[in-house]
Amino acid sequence: MLHSIDITKERCPMTMVKVKLKLSQIEDGDILDVLLAEGEPLESVPRTAKEQGHLVEEVRKEGEYYHVIIRK
Amino acid sequence: MGRNKLSIVCFSGDFDKALAAFTLATGAAAVNWEVKMFFTFWGLNILKKKTGRSWIGSGILARVFNFLMGGKRTLPLSRLNFGGASPVLMTGMMKKSNVATLDELVDAAKALNIDFVACEMAMHILGIKKDDLDDHVRSVAGVATFLNASKDGHILFI
Repeated sequence: MLHSIDITKERCPMTMVKVKLKLSQIEDGDILDVLLAEGEPLESVPRTAKEQGHLVEEVRKEGEYYHVIIRK
Repeated sequence: MGRNKLSIVCFSGDFDKALAAFTLATGAAAVNWEVKMFFTFWGLNILKKKTGRSWIGSGILARVFNFLMGGKRTLPLSRLNFGGASPVLMTGMMKKSNVATLDELVDAAKALNIDFVACEMAMHILGIKKDDLDDHVRSVAGVATFLNASKDGHILFI
C-alpha cells in the first residue's frame, strides 16, 4: 500500500517524530512517500530509515521540496 | 550493534527546561534511540495528572508545596517569567512558528513509548502517590535502578 506524509511545515523534533510514528503504523512492504524540506530533514529521514532496516527507494526533488520514498 | 541509549534526568520544573528535555527525548526516540526519562523533584510537576494548582499530597506542608508548584500548565519560565505570563506567550509564539508545544511533545513522547520513571524519594518527600501522576509513568524507582537501566548509555541532567 502507498502512504504519504508531508513534514514540510513541521519543525525539529516533530519532523522525525511524525515519520517514525507513521512508519510504525504501516505494514511491512508498504511504501511511505515523505515530502520534506532540505537541511536536517533531508539528511536525517533517509539515514534513520536505513538504520532501522527500511529501504530508501528514491529521493526526488520537486520544486523546493523533496520526496523520499521509503519501503518498510 | 545495539540501539543507542539516552537517559534524561528531569530535575527542573521550569517550562523551558522541560521543553529542552522533551525535545531531546522525542528527537532521540524518533531516530531509534532507546530513551528513558527519570523525573525527580520539580520535574515531577510536569507529570501531575492535575495540570493546574491543586492541593495534592499528604501532610500540610506537602500540600502547600504542591499547590504553589502546580502542574504542567503552571510551569514557570526559568527567566523572565513575569508571574506566569511568559509561558503562555511563548506557547503562542511556538504555535505561530509551527514548533511543537510542551503538550504536543509530551504526547509524542508517550506515542514513541518513551519510558517515564518517577523518583521514589522525591515523591515521598512531596507526598505524591503514583496515582497522582500520568498513567504513562510505569515505574517508581531510585538511583540504583535508574543507573542500572542507563548503563552503556548517555545520561543528561536537566
